[in-house]
Amino acid sequence: MKTRRQFIKISTAGAGVAALGLHSLKVKGLNLLGEENTEEPVSDEDMTATPTYCEVCFWKCAGWTYVDKKGRIRKIIGNKNDPHSNGRMCPRGTGGLGMYNDENRLKTPLIREEDDKGHQYFRKASWDEALNLVAANMNKLRKEHGPECMALFAHGTGGKIMSHLIKAYGSPNITAPSFAQCRGPREVGFFATYGEGVLSPERTDIRDTRCLVLIGSHIGENMHNGQIQEMSEAIDNGATIITVDPRYSTAASHSRYWLAIKPATDIALLLAWMHVIIEEELYDKAYVEKYTYGFGELKAHVKDKTPEWAYGITTIEPDVIRRTAREMAGAAPSVIVHPGRHVVWYGDDTQRSRAIAILNALLGSWGRRGGLYNPEKVHLPSYPHPPYPKPKRSWRDAFPKGKYKLASEVLTSGICDATIPNPEWDCHLRGWIVYGTNLMASLPDQKKTLQAIHSLDFLVVIDTMPMDITGYADVILPECTYLERYDILRDSPHREPYLALRMPAAKPKYETKPGWWIAKQLAHRLGLDDYFKWDNIEEMLEWQLKQKGSSLEEMKRIGVKKFHREYDDLYNLQNLEDCEFNTNTGKIELYSTELEEEGFDPFPDYTHHPEPPEGYYRLNYGRAPMHTFSRTVDNHNLWDLMKENKVWVNPKVADLWNLKNGQEVWLKNQDGIISIFPIKVRITERIRWDSVYMVHGFGQDNKKLTRAYGRGANDTHLISKVMEDPIMGGTGMRGNFVTFLKEAPANNRKEDKA
Amino acid sequence: MAIDTNKCVGCADCVVACQTENNVPHGFSRDWIVENVAGTYPNLNMNFRSERCNHCDNAPCVRCCPTGASHIAEGGIVLVTHDDCIGCSACIESCPYDARYVHPDGYVDKCTFCIQRIDKGQNPACVDVCPTHCLHFGDLDNPNSEVSLALKNRKWYVLAPEAGTKPQLYFLT
Repeated sequence: MKTRRQFIKISTAGAGVAALGLHSLKVKGLNLLGEENTEEPVSDEDMTATPTYCEVCFWKCAGWTYVDKKGRIRKIIGNKNDPHSNGRMCPRGTGGLGMYNDENRLKTPLIREEDDKGHQYFRKASWDEALNLVAANMNKLRKEHGPECMALFAHGTGGKIMSHLIKAYGSPNITAPSFAQCRGPREVGFFATYGEGVLSPERTDIRDTRCLVLIGSHIGENMHNGQIQEMSEAIDNGATIITVDPRYSTAASHSRYWLAIKPATDIALLLAWMHVIIEEELYDKAYVEKYTYGFGELKAHVKDKTPEWAYGITTIEPDVIRRTAREMAGAAPSVIVHPGRHVVWYGDDTQRSRAIAILNALLGSWGRRGGLYNPEKVHLPSYPHPPYPKPKRSWRDAFPKGKYKLASEVLTSGICDATIPNPEWDCHLRGWIVYGTNLMASLPDQKKTLQAIHSLDFLVVIDTMPMDITGYADVILPECTYLERYDILRDSPHREPYLALRMPAAKPKYETKPGWWIAKQLAHRLGLDDYFKWDNIEEMLEWQLKQKGSSLEEMKRIGVKKFHREYDDLYNLQNLEDCEFNTNTGKIELYSTELEEEGFDPFPDYTHHPEPPEGYYRLNYGRAPMHTFSRTVDNHNLWDLMKENKVWVNPKVADLWNLKNGQEVWLKNQDGIISIFPIKVRITERIRWDSVYMVHGFGQDNKKLTRAYGRGANDTHLISKVMEDPIMGGTGMRGNFVTFLKEAPANNRKEDKA
Repeated sequence: MAIDTNKCVGCADCVVACQTENNVPHGFSRDWIVENVAGTYPNLNMNFRSERCNHCDNAPCVRCCPTGASHIAEGGIVLVTHDDCIGCSACIESCPYDARYVHPDGYVDKCTFCIQRIDKGQNPACVDVCPTHCLHFGDLDNPNSEVSLALKNRKWYVLAPEAGTKPQLYFLT
């Protein structure tokens, strides 16, 4: 019998067919529900549909969870009235049931123990025992060192209730990798320019745009659902897409112009674009005159930033720079120079984001149809509670006064620094709660992360899966998945304000509990009952919905509710309406007075960044549409689609190293750090000869993740050099270089695993 | 079915949606993604194709089936009657698109265009889930259907036309 084909196939010109994905598995009847069941499809009418919004990524698409008569979750379908999903979940949302079915889930609370011989292990515990232990540690810490010595790392929806708990407890140290490891520079750069951030979902009016400029933003590989749908619509409408990326991304393949830029030179291109738009007088004169501050200075600043100047830096031909600048101006104001999302690259990222913000201002796209719209959310009131105690100290005290002043959120890296004992500062952080974020895959410079972890008095991890971070915990609290719990209402900014409800489609499996329940139980044990006056979360949701003229009953029926805009128009600058911006000058600051005040350059400038030494290649990393960071790598449905990452190598480089497709190599970085597991080579023209590329999130090192363990390499492990953004503390991660080891290394596990 | 290769991003949502809709066992799939790259850096072209059974008008799998389990149903959809299938795999050998597999329960399985949904006037699950709207499904005999209009107004190709199977998956370029 012929074997079943691999179901994701990669056929590359000249390289034959390389397989990516599934090999034939002759396993008997273990179906997607994770049990012996080979029933025929069940029709929708024979199932109940429960509203939810997705927690596989931060896009939080609303949908319906379908449950059959036996109580089994069969499928998840998008909610047609939701602007995040428009009735279409992405592969991860569709495969979200794999999170629920994963037999490798955390099942009971676990407490770290040590036997007579000093060997440490986890012991199963009851919820009472585990919660009492966490509360005892937190009470002790509060009494002996003050509540400010506690920190919370939180990611995702459930993190909000946990944040409420920690604020009530008295600590300001609440952080998430989504700022310093992701979109932070963009928010700070746009805030410095417009007095407002880009927000999430991004305020990009891709649906109506005539020209979309993507700078290293790989929409389509990052599965930001609504944006992908709108990009597809824009393609139908004949919009011009211009993609700037050293890698031939999916977005690049859908673009009219692909600018295969030399890595780390984007600011030079952005300045040259400004030069062309100003010198050829293509900018929106009325808009610039009415709204902006510092145009004259900007004109002088970019006077010598000619396309010819940029050519020598970026390798993009002057003619292409001019033509693309004219394309943008021709489409203006329906043009978006996309702010991107994961923008911590080279340490000058706030300045690059500023350049993007300035370019949008010259084109008059902010506040305009097809540009960047003016989003609105519902502004849901909080359930009444006493005011939070005022913290006496914060993580910022660990640093010289004024450092990171423009960091508008708490820095994860700052929390790590403030946790490592320092003779000049006597009250380092001593306790962490890590909620729903695998710090071993999300924070660069693992040495520092581990140093901080080993300095802690105690570490509590709350997660659904035994991710690497759980290996370092003193107490592990197993949360149920989003399909088994209520959460706070989704209230995110969009064209119109919407609320979305998540409610359980099934009872929590094993001994798992919802995050809100964990927070409330801890609050009780910490004497903070006044902050959680509701008996269960339904009571709180009901109260909140009542304030907005809805009810839990209604939301259970419809899942998503649209509200009317109460404030400005969606396109609030369309006809040059009066507007005061939340900046020092009340204008869009082309010249940033805020940055100048803090001693930084008021204009972005190009800086030359280090290049790979001979035999080394710049380590680029990114996303795959079927995975969200490391959180989905063990999800059986998504693992079926992509089991491991591969290192992309240009054919010229492969020739030089005599590498073959599918060959396993270990990667060694500039600091001598070697990947723990080998990674397979993928030879492809889609990557430059000075770089390699891999999808982020793989190479998990916890054997309890039976599917994901040891599959591929962990890029974060190889990112030991951080190029810090001096403006806001972002951790630039694209300045690491790797080389290939073709033989298994002797000692690539340098750190002690707990 | 017509698949717009200008819009597909190769996310494989169609694959997962098919698996959950049709309860396809882990390790198998009825549809899959193919990535085509041509050229040399930086002069490159790439597109993705969401592929599945071509529901051929002249289907070799139907012709070679010894029991009649493989058949062309009303509307041109190629189906396998599970109870009649003896799992001999002759159809698998004959399919130029490699669209069939042996289900762990012993019968041959493949894309049905979600017949249980079509019967109720719905689209196949893959069509309704696709975030890029790159899949178009409908009646090719109706000149005004979405799919007929797409084929009329756009350039397209089919896979392995030389096999003479008259495939019914059209790839728009």
